[in-house]
Amino acid sequence: MARGDGPALTPASGEGRAAVEAVWRADAARIVATLARSTGDLALAEDAAQEALAEALVAWPRTGVPANPAGWLVTTARRRAVDAFRRRSALDDRYAALARAVDPPGTSPDADLLRDPDAIGDDVLALMFVACHPVLSREAQVALTLRVIGGLTSDEIARAFLVPTATVQARITRAKKTLTAARVPFAVPEGAERRERLSSVLAVVYLVFTEGSTATSGEDWLRPDLAHEAVRLARVLAHVAPDEPEVLGLLALLELTAARFPARVAADGKAVLLEDQDRRRWDRDAIRRGRAALAAAGRVGRGLGAYGLQAAIAECHAVAASVEATDWERVLVLYEALGRLAPSPVVELNRAVAVAMARGPAAGLAVVDGLVATGALAASHLLPSVRGELLRRLGRDAEARDDLARAAALCPNPAERRVLQDKIAGLAPGAG
Amino acid sequence: MKYMLIMRTTDEWAPGATGVENEDMIEKMSRFNEELIAAGVLVAMEGLSDDPAESVVVDYAQTPPVVTDGPYSEAKELFGGYWILDVASRPEAVEWARRAPLEGPGVKVEVRRVASIDEFPQDNPWIQRERAWREATGQL
Repeated sequence: MARGDGPALTPASGEGRAAVEAVWRADAARIVATLARSTGDLALAEDAAQEALAEALVAWPRTGVPANPAGWLVTTARRRAVDAFRRRSALDDRYAALARAVDPPGTSPDADLLRDPDAIGDDVLALMFVACHPVLSREAQVALTLRVIGGLTSDEIARAFLVPTATVQARITRAKKTLTAARVPFAVPEGAERRERLSSVLAVVYLVFTEGSTATSGEDWLRPDLAHEAVRLARVLAHVAPDEPEVLGLLALLELTAARFPARVAADGKAVLLEDQDRRRWDRDAIRRGRAALAAAGRVGRGLGAYGLQAAIAECHAVAASVEATDWERVLVLYEALGRLAPSPVVELNRAVAVAMARGPAAGLAVVDGLVATGALAASHLLPSVRGELLRRLGRDAEARDDLARAAALCPNPAERRVLQDKIAGLAPGAG
Repeated sequence: MKYMLIMRTTDEWAPGATGVENEDMIEKMSRFNEELIAAGVLVAMEGLSDDPAESVVVDYAQTPPVVTDGPYSEAKELFGGYWILDVASRPEAVEWARRAPLEGPGVKVEVRRVASIDEFPQDNPWIQRERAWREATGQL
């Protein structure tokens, strides 16, 4: 059946809205990118796209989804922008650029415009670079990226981050004002700037993923929607920037980490740590995709970056049948490399765990105590949690109890806290 | 969530899976596939040969089943291929299905959720064997 001849969607049910939102999720990036390309202005493009979306939410439940929904939205967005232009009766090059592209009723050059995959790919990449521009706060980058690339509504973003919708709207409004004020061009940066800006894009996608995989607030340890969204963003990015090893490295890392999600929560809702996970529940399909992305990152021939190294570590776990069967020497080498490339106390702590697995808990504890001496991670539950676990393995239960209790007190996540409390309960009675 | 989009066409309509004769259709299909890839939702796809010489139907209406040549059921319906999409919701899967470059009477895409092995009884030894196979071959 041809599009547009179908029955109208029922406006009363949520179905009509869901259908419009599905179109938006599929097309937001291309629509906003196309509009931003012709105006050079992401803020204006996003405003116009939102107006078109609002119009679709009213019109489509009555008329049915048009044959070319993306073309309809772009054309409508241009018209609304021109209306605004006329209302303001002020000369503005950006609005004029939109007006020039508005087609006569009944035709839709935008339909063809949207179907040139190479041009759209470049525009979507530019869109990601602008949405993650360093003049924006991290929160604003995240909100704008999820809205214009991910096609999420403000409501959806708000639910995902457990903040009021008004907060998300305010972040996006402010972000658009900031981009305009800073005169950020709609373009893919070149040369040295490209590398710096790309790291900002990757950090945003990674943050969306970690927010989805380890919620810092709320009872759900897993919020798969945001994690899934991040994987999708990484796939989009890998498609438009296939020669960037770190883009592929990030995609690999996210796929390989998400592969463990089915095993990370027990039937009773408790968090299950890596060492206790039923590895048969890991998503082998995601592991295959992650390994393919990691191999592609290696084939670029510029070496692995921080994300690629983390993906390589995740791959060591993914291919091992058990904790014991894991190639801990390789994990250790990869953590050492990661520690040099992107030194941080968390990486050092992970290296300590690898040392403990490769060389025994006493060797691992020495690394942890070196970290304690620096005063790093003092407010985090991670350090006492690892230290307590190593002490437990060494049979030093009294000291283990102190550290694990401190870790439980510091841990912000209820599900993870329960795991720590269980460990304490399993220590020799009376110890400490 | 994974959904399978199953292409169901008729014997008058084939997507050119075997066809060098239909470059236009190849381009249309490839553009659609490219859109799925660019949107980050495509995880698998295959097209089926529509050559009757390569196809056989096994019909279980009788015991033992009857084997006949050719891919066609009595309804002249043809399974042309499938896409597996990784999307956030069913409406999203339906929206992608609407965009498939197909047209004509009898041409359909069926949108079906792909069940996970996690939904089967995990203590069943056969399910455990299947899991082992999926683990070994990288498909879950």
